[in-house]
Amino acid sequence: MNHWLIAPVILPALMAPFVVLAARNHISIQRVFSLAGVLALIAVAIGLVIETMDGTVMLYQLGDWAAPFGIVLVGDRLSTMMVLLTSLLAFFVLLYAIASGWDDRGWHFHSLFQFQLMGVMGAFLTGDLFNLFVFFEVLLIASYGLMIHSGGNRRMRAGVQYVLFNLIGSTLFLFALGSIYAETGTLNMADLANRVGLIGAEETVGIRVAAVLLLLVFAIKAALVPLHFWLPSSYAEAPAPVAALFAIMTKVGAYGIIRVYTMIFPPDLEATAGLHDVWLLPAALVSVALGMVGIMAAKTLNRLVAFSVIGSMGMILVSIALFTPASIAAALYYIVHSTLAAATLFLISDLVRTGRGNLDLTTQQPMAGTAMTAVLFFVAAIAMAGLPPLSGFLGKLLVLDAAYDTNLVVWIWATVLIASLVSIVGFARAGSVLFWKAHGVTATDDTRDAMLRERPNVLSYVAVGGLVTLLIGNTVFAGQLHGFTIDTAAQLFAPDPYISTVIDTPGKLSTPQEEY
Amino acid sequence: MEFLVASAIGTLTSGGLYLLLRLRTFPVIVGIALLTYAVNVFLFSAGRLTVGVPPILRDDITGYADPLPQALVLTAIVISFGMTAVVVMIALGAFLGSDNDFVDDQPESPDDRTEGGS
Amino acid sequence: MSLLIIVALPFLGALLPGLMYPAGRAACAGITFTVSLVAFIGLLTHLPAVIAGEVVMARVDWMPALGLNFSLMLDGLGFFFALLILGIGLLIIAYARHYLSRDDNMGEFFTYLLLFQGAMVGIVMSDNVLLLLIFWELTSLSSFLLIGFWKHLPAGRQGARMALTVTGMGGLAMLGGMLILGQIVGSYDLSVILQNRELIQADPLYVPALILILLGCFTKSAQFPFHFWLPHAMAAPTPVSAYLHSATMVKAGIFILARMWPVLSGTPEWFVIVTTAGLVTMVLGAVIALFKHDLKALLAFSTVSHLGLITMLLGTGTAFGAMAAMFHILNHATFKAALFMSAGIIDHETHTRDIRRLGGLRHLMPVTFGIATLAALSMAGIPLLNGFLSKEMMLEEAYDTVLFGVPWLVPVMATVGSLFSAAYCFRLIGHVFMGPVRDDYPAKPHDPNPGLWFPPALLVVLVVVIGVAPFLAEPFVKLVTASVLGGVVEVPTAYFAIWHGLVPALFMSIIAVLGGLLMLAIFNPALRLWDAAPRPEAKVIFDAVVSGIVGLARELILPLHDGKFTRYAAVGSVTIIAAGYHAWVTGTVGAPARAVQNPGLVPIVGWAVLIAGTGALVMMHRNRLFSLILIGILGLIISIGFVFFSAPDLAMTQFTVEVVTIILLLLALNFLPRETPVESSVLRRMRDGGIAILGGLATFGLAFHYLVRDAVGSPISEFHLANSYQGGGGTNVVNVILVDFRGFDTYGEIIVLGIAALLIYALTQSLLDGPVRARLASRKPAKPRAGDVHPMMMVVLTRVIMPVVLMVGFYIFLRGHNEPGGGFIAGLIVAIGMLMQYMANGFAWTSERLRYPYHGVIGAGVLIAGLTGIGSWVFGKPFLTSDFTYVRIPPFGEFELATAALFDLGVFLAVVGAVMLSLESFSRLAQRASEPESDLPLRDDGLPPGTTAPKEGV
Repeated sequence: MNHWLIAPVILPALMAPFVVLAARNHISIQRVFSLAGVLALIAVAIGLVIETMDGTVMLYQLGDWAAPFGIVLVGDRLSTMMVLLTSLLAFFVLLYAIASGWDDRGWHFHSLFQFQLMGVMGAFLTGDLFNLFVFFEVLLIASYGLMIHSGGNRRMRAGVQYVLFNLIGSTLFLFALGSIYAETGTLNMADLANRVGLIGAEETVGIRVAAVLLLLVFAIKAALVPLHFWLPSSYAEAPAPVAALFAIMTKVGAYGIIRVYTMIFPPDLEATAGLHDVWLLPAALVSVALGMVGIMAAKTLNRLVAFSVIGSMGMILVSIALFTPASIAAALYYIVHSTLAAATLFLISDLVRTGRGNLDLTTQQPMAGTAMTAVLFFVAAIAMAGLPPLSGFLGKLLVLDAAYDTNLVVWIWATVLIASLVSIVGFARAGSVLFWKAHGVTATDDTRDAMLRERPNVLSYVAVGGLVTLLIGNTVFAGQLHGFTIDTAAQLFAPDPYISTVIDTPGKLSTPQEEY
Repeated sequence: MEFLVASAIGTLTSGGLYLLLRLRTFPVIVGIALLTYAVNVFLFSAGRLTVGVPPILRDDITGYADPLPQALVLTAIVISFGMTAVVVMIALGAFLGSDNDFVDDQPESPDDRTEGGS
Repeated sequence: MSLLIIVALPFLGALLPGLMYPAGRAACAGITFTVSLVAFIGLLTHLPAVIAGEVVMARVDWMPALGLNFSLMLDGLGFFFALLILGIGLLIIAYARHYLSRDDNMGEFFTYLLLFQGAMVGIVMSDNVLLLLIFWELTSLSSFLLIGFWKHLPAGRQGARMALTVTGMGGLAMLGGMLILGQIVGSYDLSVILQNRELIQADPLYVPALILILLGCFTKSAQFPFHFWLPHAMAAPTPVSAYLHSATMVKAGIFILARMWPVLSGTPEWFVIVTTAGLVTMVLGAVIALFKHDLKALLAFSTVSHLGLITMLLGTGTAFGAMAAMFHILNHATFKAALFMSAGIIDHETHTRDIRRLGGLRHLMPVTFGIATLAALSMAGIPLLNGFLSKEMMLEEAYDTVLFGVPWLVPVMATVGSLFSAAYCFRLIGHVFMGPVRDDYPAKPHDPNPGLWFPPALLVVLVVVIGVAPFLAEPFVKLVTASVLGGVVEVPTAYFAIWHGLVPALFMSIIAVLGGLLMLAIFNPALRLWDAAPRPEAKVIFDAVVSGIVGLARELILPLHDGKFTRYAAVGSVTIIAAGYHAWVTGTVGAPARAVQNPGLVPIVGWAVLIAGTGALVMMHRNRLFSLILIGILGLIISIGFVFFSAPDLAMTQFTVEVVTIILLLLALNFLPRETPVESSVLRRMRDGGIAILGGLATFGLAFHYLVRDAVGSPISEFHLANSYQGGGGTNVVNVILVDFRGFDTYGEIIVLGIAALLIYALTQSLLDGPVRARLASRKPAKPRAGDVHPMMMVVLTRVIMPVVLMVGFYIFLRGHNEPGGGFIAGLIVAIGMLMQYMANGFAWTSERLRYPYHGVIGAGVLIAGLTGIGSWVFGKPFLTSDFTYVRIPPFGEFELATAALFDLGVFLAVVGAVMLSLESFSRLAQRASEPESDLPLRDDGLPPGTTAPKEGV
């Protein structure tokens, strides 16, 4: 029995309480263990990716109970890829949190961080819908803690709204699960895929509503307009490293949509035809537009980045909403890009804050450590705005290319192209205000204060630089990554091996399941 | 009977939604609690309604109530307890920090700058 | 040398100047020059092949699945442009080294310059349109950096942003166009696309593609109506202007026109759009240029005008036009770069570029005078200089071109254009160099060191040589033309010569030159006229548009995202209900499968109470204490309902959780206002009520729908019922599911509890460390405290029942696996028991006696649960695999001892710890509140929070 598949969940789940028990008052020990844990995660994740690279579907039956009666973890290309992405992101974010001292500005940062990782990993790996709910709750409640880490009024207020909105989301999730169980009598995704097929055309409302409610749950996570309102202030007010880590949380929503709506409710399923395919794409296009306009409108850097997150989630959802292998492959490529780019920008905004004291997009005296920060910002902005040569542009090409054969192609192309122009202008404005106009400001007394202000330490730059390197790598090896996402999409659109692996593997007291 | 349960769920949901849209944190939290009741009952009713046959194995009984939704609801109850505790605490923190318990952001006051920010 | 290396060199080299920066200015310039020189030589190595008419290729796969590959090709056209880019680049680098002042960061400058150079070379060598677009946008980005190089100049920043916006827009448009072409042809490889003239021009998407691509070209090459950004880009240092805005970048658009000529040209759309745009730009640019007083602005607009000329030539779609265009590109590059550098010299030496402040420089700066005059005369189209030749060809082509069916339109316009162009050339010579020497120059003018004048001189030599002996250039130009035409038509045999006989073109250019002189003569009155005439100022409009867009964006976004949660929630609810409704109405409803059970009296009563309670809660929610009581009642009824519907475990859990929650809320309410004020308007309340009712109806309908129907398959719980005993060793199936079948859920769930407790603890801590502490201490309790804080009865009672509670908890815990009960419920019961202690005896007294390290309890609980799970690894079983045996513990009777029970113990501990830690945090806040400010532990000792907090409860 190969236990590696559960390691990404168990490792942080044990690390966190250990940190609480052993090193509650010793930040340095916490740091060491936390970092070590994440490094181990990366190693495991790489192993899993290699394991599933050839299309193998890994199965882990918890409690030795066969699906669908027990809970199973399933590792395929998609889930292992997301696990690897998460652990890489986590490493650099954690490095930054330590370098910038954020983790010492409040209590239990590291245990919350580990718990958050556990939740995300579990969400990516589980093959059971209710278990997915549980992991959603884990990652959410951990994110509440991280979000209000180190306090402050504005952050607190933003925190309240963030928690409340997500509580609505959790309630909705339970409604969806109840509907699904009532309709199908099962919770296991693979089993659902089988049973949903059995639903006759004369009785479809039940499953339709269930499918839509579930989609909305994921849409809230993915900040799809008009369910995105929770995002701007919570991401903007959250501590920078936390916001950077949150870059993966929106992707959890995207992951859910990809997983559930390719396997359980595939586009060609009669029972759920004419649902999301009607309104998901338009909503996603609106998200793109809104995000980019938000970049124009933002008055502070962190809100600008928050809106760019909404925009890039829009791009991802546009691509997903097409539900073709090509478009899903494009979406997956874009997910990697958008995660890295968003995280980088959030960390950079913290570099700016360190050097400048605030993030207002107004002309101010030169900040400490401008040059390096400016370069990093320029690169990250190019990536996020989707300008050549970085992965943002390549991802955009993939999406546009995938959209060519659809009947909404004009809308998609127009929106995407115009939106990226707007975002270019927005980022150019922000950049020149932050890094150029300062040179025009005549030296005043507070100029000296600005110079006296602490400049970010080297390790912070290393952390951000690491993420930027990943972005560039994502560009240089775009071909390989895209090839992988194509295989992944192929696997998603031919789910039978997945389903049979999950259902037909016997467990304790159970032979392969009899037919209904 | 089904009608009673369904309508109870509906009523709880309505009440919850209404309170959810209030302006102060406390009623909103109460609203969330109501919604939680509603969804728990809903989830429970996903196992249909059965009277007098708890899922405790007896030699003399054959048909039992569906135990799975019960287990799910139990999990849901405990989780929502944790969530409630957290949201209450955060709301309290926000209130103590800014001396009002509005859910909505109020127009900026100068001392509202993010602390621990830099 | 491989094309890949030639393209890569400048990019790799771009790192060097930055690194060499400490080594000094000469080193920076030197390394940059070397890099470009190597690339230049590398390019020349391909000259024989190109002359032989071969196409040199190089290719590396990048994203094959998308069709974006790093494939390069070098034909005559590409070679020609690469030659210009690298050749003039070398001169510019040499020039810039002397031009830039000491306090300019030369490393930075040359890094940008090399980036730009590489991007340009990439454009002209790409064999893949997507790759070409990447380089295309890279030129926009690098020019953004170069134009904004002098960060302190507002003009520089604005010019840079304007250029980026306009060219960026063009780039995106072109992206669309190129993608369409690629989709039509089925490949993004240029060499493939160029083979499919018929296919493309027959396709319905030809026109959109054409327009999008032309947008890209026109914005980049500053064609009307996108010509306005170029003059503002002149805020850049002169070397940049000379390089980007005369020789290279602005020619990129022309390059695409030429590159795409074989597939796009020849249609009426192409002819009309391109020719018209070119013609208008040519005339407009020339006219504006004449009246500019800033030397660089004058040159900028003359560049616009000449680009228009070239565009027009390509627009005519004839082979001769194409050849003339190529020839003029060559000539323009030479004399215009020379002129820019001369302007730079003048600026550098006299510290002004304002023509009105100059004049009579011919004696003071003879060398510069010579260079500038020759270049200017060539631009004016004076014989024996290269400008004359290509202008003749242009006029000849114009003479044969009929636009809009008006035969005279193009010739006349062309003549007018070249008339004005002659005029501003003469003005440049006349007003800058001729006339009397003045005594009010900002600085004493004198010729610069050779470093500055040698590069332009070199170019002027070319100007003269080509002008005198055109046949030298002829073969090369024809070679280039051949690769432009791409075999669609034959290269014209027309020979290059100074004298073609008395052709119309000759008369046209005579008119132009004489007219130009005349224009100069009447310059001042004309200028007055010009200044009097109203004309749109591009920059003003552009700024207005941009700030308008920003304003609009703010109008749109900020009010929408103003942190009004209630609106967010309302929008969210409506969206969800709407989507659900849509799903419902588009589906089909079958007949109910289950009979409706008829309720007895008891359920109806309970139902009535529930409804009434909810109603009362909504009505009276403003009284917060009362609403808490109602919540309690509702919870109680629901737990009774659970009992009734045969879910004893749920009932117990619901009830105990209820108690704890209420206590929590009570503690919180202790700090919050007792009342909720009436704030929302009646209208709002009606809106909310509407949403609420809709939601209620939705859930009601959904619940009822499912309740009277069966699942599509038999529920998986049948397996649980069947195997609970021999598989999980318990008769209480719910508990077995919780700790065994779906133990992983439970594991996640206790972790949620644990996190909640940690979070609450951390929050309390940071509140008590923060400014809140002061407010806490200073705040007045909303109500006077009750006289007797710890009522005697309760004290005694609780102390007596504490052991009982513990016993009950233990019992519930043990029987849980077979009877209703289990870790959760036991945990909650014990927690409640301890809570009573707190309430009855007060915080201080209790925490004296109950010094449990709750952090530890939680951690231990989660760890035990986790380790139990891992324990099964030892037996080669998956996580959380259970095993069990039976033991007899008097007096409780026989119990089965399962590893699941160990897991349940973890649950128990986590629950107790979590509940206690959260409640303790609350009571710590209360403690602080009741303490006077003075005896708070001071926290300015710099230690990490908590290390000195004695009341941590651990």
